[in-house]
Amino acid sequence: MADIVLDKVSKSFPDGTVAVQDVDLEIADGEFVILVGPSGCGKSTTLNMIAGLEDISSGELRIGGQRVNDKAPRDRDIAMVFQSYALYPNMTVRENMAFPLRLAKLDKATIDQKVDEAAKVLELTPLLDRKPANLSGGQRQRVAMGRAIVRQPKAFLMDEPLSNLDAKLRVQMRTVVSRLQKKLGTTTVYVTHDQTEAMTLGDRVVIMRGGAIQQVGPPQELYDHPRNLFVAGFIGSPSMNFLHAAVEDGKLRTALGDVPIGDRIRRELEGADAPRELILGIRPEHFEDAELIDDEARARGMEFTAPADIVESMGSDKYVYFTVEGQRASAAELEELAADAGADFSGGGGNLVTRLSAESPVQEGEDRRVWFNLEKIHLFDPSSGRNLTLHEGRSAGTLGD
Amino acid sequence: MSRRAPLSENKKAERKLGWLLCAPAALVMVLVTAYPIIYSVWLSLQRFDLRFPDERKFIGLDNYVTVLSNEFWWTAFGVTMLITVVTVAVELALGMGLALVMHRTLVGRGIVRTAALIPYGIVTVVAAFSWRYAWTPGTGYLANLFDGSAPLTERASSLAIIMLAEIWKTTPFMALLLMAGLALVPEDLLKAASTDGATAWQRFTKVMLPVMKPAILVALLFRTLDAFRVFDNIFVLTNGGNETSSVSMLAYNNLIRGLNLGIGSTMSVLIFITVAIIAFVFVKLFGTAAPGSDDGERR
Repeated sequence: MADIVLDKVSKSFPDGTVAVQDVDLEIADGEFVILVGPSGCGKSTTLNMIAGLEDISSGELRIGGQRVNDKAPRDRDIAMVFQSYALYPNMTVRENMAFPLRLAKLDKATIDQKVDEAAKVLELTPLLDRKPANLSGGQRQRVAMGRAIVRQPKAFLMDEPLSNLDAKLRVQMRTVVSRLQKKLGTTTVYVTHDQTEAMTLGDRVVIMRGGAIQQVGPPQELYDHPRNLFVAGFIGSPSMNFLHAAVEDGKLRTALGDVPIGDRIRRELEGADAPRELILGIRPEHFEDAELIDDEARARGMEFTAPADIVESMGSDKYVYFTVEGQRASAAELEELAADAGADFSGGGGNLVTRLSAESPVQEGEDRRVWFNLEKIHLFDPSSGRNLTLHEGRSAGTLGD
Repeated sequence: MSRRAPLSENKKAERKLGWLLCAPAALVMVLVTAYPIIYSVWLSLQRFDLRFPDERKFIGLDNYVTVLSNEFWWTAFGVTMLITVVTVAVELALGMGLALVMHRTLVGRGIVRTAALIPYGIVTVVAAFSWRYAWTPGTGYLANLFDGSAPLTERASSLAIIMLAEIWKTTPFMALLLMAGLALVPEDLLKAASTDGATAWQRFTKVMLPVMKPAILVALLFRTLDAFRVFDNIFVLTNGGNETSSVSMLAYNNLIRGLNLGIGSTMSVLIFITVAIIAFVFVKLFGTAAPGSDDGERR
């Protein structure tokens, strides 16, 4: 077991494309870190560099305090799990799991014992004599995990290990991975493009975009205090609502009405080069049916009326989609996120996704009065993407002073 | 997997359709191959020499006794086996190397592949003539390299040159078949092996070769059957002199030159049987990985 340190690690290809740029990251011993981002953000390249499958163009990589830039994968003592499982088709499950041990020249009794142990942990014992072709996707995935854990390596590297599984199995395997990592306490770097996996699995999440780290932190922190527009839009499902906001007379003119701002934000906006147009971000759960709000909460928020287009009842709560008039929020980050999601980011004047209590009597088609929490909203500079409401790493809404 | 379970109606219909779809091809095959084979067998059971057409007579297996107790046949058989084993083994090794180079080359991949395939594109007889001239003392550049000796006049060196010509010509073909096999090896598998601690050689022997096994088998089978029927190179280079005849040469000499249809056909039939045995052994030896068998994973 060991810590992994990336010190200004970069990767550029001969044709000049830069896949990873100056990545600084310290992964503590036993930590579970998730690399997440849209496709092409450099997360897999970063993982491959840690594994030694890809050369490091510049910077230094240390595993357990030792510089490993020039070491072959086999000398780094790491185990990797692939999206394609990468099981050896000619070997049985037992042989697959024993392969790294055989290469390490362990004696047969030790190999058998370790394989049996790992098989027991992963409930693979009845499948040990089967070939990979006769296993289901979930079983193959477990064998791949088994092959990684038998060796007790310094670190596990996982490259989208659950992406080939169907949705239900993925949820199941997520808990398997999580439990396994907790039990073994091995440093783990896990790459995924799925923000749900990122939120649920890791101790810390690293969000990447265009080869650079956007933000590193525990999942909840990234969710509550996103440093920029990209992180805010990437984390969360359904994602944060973004609205265009114009700065006028010490207020923000938005499609939801005039939003007051506190002293600190005002000071930020007083500079000569301060942006006159902002992007307002509100998460779906920070809306509520105005009928269900008590007076104390009412004072902390604002209300507006809008027609409810669609009501999706989830049982525990209701997703209600509202149409609001007004200009659409636009920024490079938002377009990138939309492209990655494979959809146009909220068409027209803007759709608002809200998560209201299940008790809300809201009906499709009716105009509804909706409250939202001013303490939980974010303001972003559309040109730089910076979160203006963030103060000393915490976000305190627009009213903060 | 219960293979012996009774077939459902649906399966039966499917099987019937399968036969129907195969039928035209099978019919053509029978017309163009079965007839000559049967006719050869028929001829091989007769005393039939075109120089003495009146003495034609059905003699049963006498021709086979004659051929199989003849030392020329066994010499030719030994020569053919030697050429087959040596050339196929060398071609496999060289072809694998060439395939790996072609597979890995990033720059000028097209040029490398085209260049490697040129020997295979040249007509065998033409290539054989150029080898013959090259080894002809006085005028040949290769012969001059070796002090103007005449290697094609001695048995061992003649055989070596024949094998060299064969290898030079068909290694690209081997490489091409093996390259198709290399493409079957997923990149992730090799990555997994290297993180599992395998050296480059271990990755090759423990991961690549087993995955490529079906492709290697096909390549070996094709080349072995081909090599066993070696003819053109020997015909041009030595014309069978100094006991360098292959069985095909021998059959040709008896059948076409000697006009002895009975003995010639007997030899042809024996060659056919040998080739069939080789194919059978290959398919058995490699078990389920053989082409056309099940997916290779089922037990």
